[in-house]
Amino acid sequence: MNPALTETSALIAEDEPLLAAHLQAELAQLWPALRIAAVCGDGDSALEQALAKRPQLCFLDIRMPGRSGLEVAQALAEDWPAEQPFPLLVFATAYDQYALQAFERQAVDYLLKPLDRTRLSACVQRLQARLEERQRRQDAHGALQQTFQQLRALLGPGGALPGSDFPPPRLDVISAQVGSVVHLVPVDEVVYFEAADKYVRVVTAAREHLIRLPLKELLPQLDAQRFWQVHRSVVVQARCIAQAQREESGKVTLRLKGRPETLTASRLYAHLFRGL
Amino acid sequence: MNRVSPPRAAAAVSRSDGSAPEAPSRRWTGVLRRGAIVVVACCLLAVVLWLSDRRINVSANFIYSLSIGISCWVMLDGGRSLAWAVLQRLRRGRGSAGNGSAGLRSLAWAVVVLLLPLGTWVGYVIGATIGDAFTGHRLPKPGLDGSSDFGGSLVISLLMAVGISAILFARERLAMSRAQIAAAERLAAESRLALLQSQLEPHMLFNTLANLRVLIGLDATRAQEMLDRLIAFLRATLAASRSSAHPLAAEFDRLADYLALIGVRMGARLQVRLDLPEDLRTLLVPPLLLQPLVENAVQHGLEPKVAGGRIEVTARRDGPRLRLSVRDTGLGLDAAVPSSGTHFGLQQVRERLAALHGDAASLLLQAAEDAEGGTLAVVTLPLGPSP
Repeated sequence: MNPALTETSALIAEDEPLLAAHLQAELAQLWPALRIAAVCGDGDSALEQALAKRPQLCFLDIRMPGRSGLEVAQALAEDWPAEQPFPLLVFATAYDQYALQAFERQAVDYLLKPLDRTRLSACVQRLQARLEERQRRQDAHGALQQTFQQLRALLGPGGALPGSDFPPPRLDVISAQVGSVVHLVPVDEVVYFEAADKYVRVVTAAREHLIRLPLKELLPQLDAQRFWQVHRSVVVQARCIAQAQREESGKVTLRLKGRPETLTASRLYAHLFRGL
Repeated sequence: MNRVSPPRAAAAVSRSDGSAPEAPSRRWTGVLRRGAIVVVACCLLAVVLWLSDRRINVSANFIYSLSIGISCWVMLDGGRSLAWAVLQRLRRGRGSAGNGSAGLRSLAWAVVVLLLPLGTWVGYVIGATIGDAFTGHRLPKPGLDGSSDFGGSLVISLLMAVGISAILFARERLAMSRAQIAAAERLAAESRLALLQSQLEPHMLFNTLANLRVLIGLDATRAQEMLDRLIAFLRATLAASRSSAHPLAAEFDRLADYLALIGVRMGARLQVRLDLPEDLRTLLVPPLLLQPLVENAVQHGLEPKVAGGRIEVTARRDGPRLRLSVRDTGLGLDAAVPSSGTHFGLQQVRERLAALHGDAASLLLQAAEDAEGGTLAVVTLPLGPSP
């Protein structure tokens, strides 16, 4: 075995304790040199641990409490330090038809639960081959772009997770309540939306409002042609972008019409501004 | 028949029932078939008339029979189609609200009662005129030519019109009720399948199997116990679409099976409290009535919550009623993204309750009111064995 692979570490995110323990045990047999950096039971701690421990591999369950596996991947793609190669991602799911179709199309490796030994061993071999290739080519950037492309496809237009339910009706007016007063904000006047915990800041040229609706649920109700997600927590109206400036880190800084502040588009969405 | 189907089937029946006295089959084959029946009946009438009185002219007799018969039929069938179209428009104007349809139905019958003599008279006059032109005879036309002879021909025409209408009506009724039975059977089969699909949620099933597969290697005894629970749960799920009631104790046992299986998956994140008083154990309830509520609590309340939480299923006597509640300390109604699954589950519980108890039973879904938060679902139904 390539000596470089002996230093490989992995993170396991799986909310079901038995399955997490099992995956760990199987990996110990199939890949004795692999070091398990962390085992997490929910998406939020998986993200935190992954950013802290910087493993080369992440096994992510799709359905988890807190962030889903796909959301963890999205956040990782945005917050992962540029100097370090992006981890190889393996998704696991018991039964998500849509997700499965997306994986097959995108060739990100995925595992079906119940885990079967042969399949897991094939996955291990594929991961080892990818790591070796990465080492040979020292081409972290290309691999990263490829991963981003796959992630964007998985997250789908408007960032909706695959397999979500019927498309909700399109939103025209947003009602934002302040005390006993309800402000009606036409969607067309919104410059950008920014997620803040369970709330979303709705920013127009004149003022801003808070609405109690997760960005995840707001997003599918917006016209994806006009409202671009540029970061996992920011959605901006395209016609309000005055200028886009590409930074060294691969991120893009956006200047807005009618607002003094700038926004940052993450590397995951930087491709939107390639032509500018 | 499945218990879930009656309300839907009933809706289907009442939808087409309003049309029963008047629904003409719109297809031309139907028109041709009715025309053929009329022609045959007219020929038979001509033969009978000729047999009863050999002196009358055979060919004139046939011509009058056919011309009057066919023209009466055109009048009645055409009038009927016209009246049907008008009634349809009226009904659409009123909307599909249930109470209007009874009034419309009596209106439809009134139209039939008026149409029969009127249409027959008009048909008779036209048919007799046509017959006159062919034969050179002249049949009396009561009401037009002032003839006081209330010609036997008109009476015979009227009798024939009533008779043939009755036969056609009976035929249509029969065809319609056959179609209704077929539709009801299809609905029943569909809802049986839907119930089964909703209860055998593949994500739950595969995840449970994944856990069992691991458990076999770690703790064979516990794996066996869990397998037994899975078997009991699957058996109950399959049986639930066939049997109509089981004791409340069995209901709680099946919920315990399901929650134990989920417990293997969620580990310490799930706490379960089942509370069934001794004196309520033998009460009969529809099988797996609470299952969708418990499943919603787990899937949308507890599983997505990082810290997990507790689920409580409680049975209480509340005066003349039985009160069954499913409460969780999960994410709560706000956080739950409404999905087709949730809606189907709730709708299914409501439909089953309505089918069995009508307005006497209810399902309420609300936010739990204490500090722990989460969701509370309450089913109230009349106490005592289900019908």
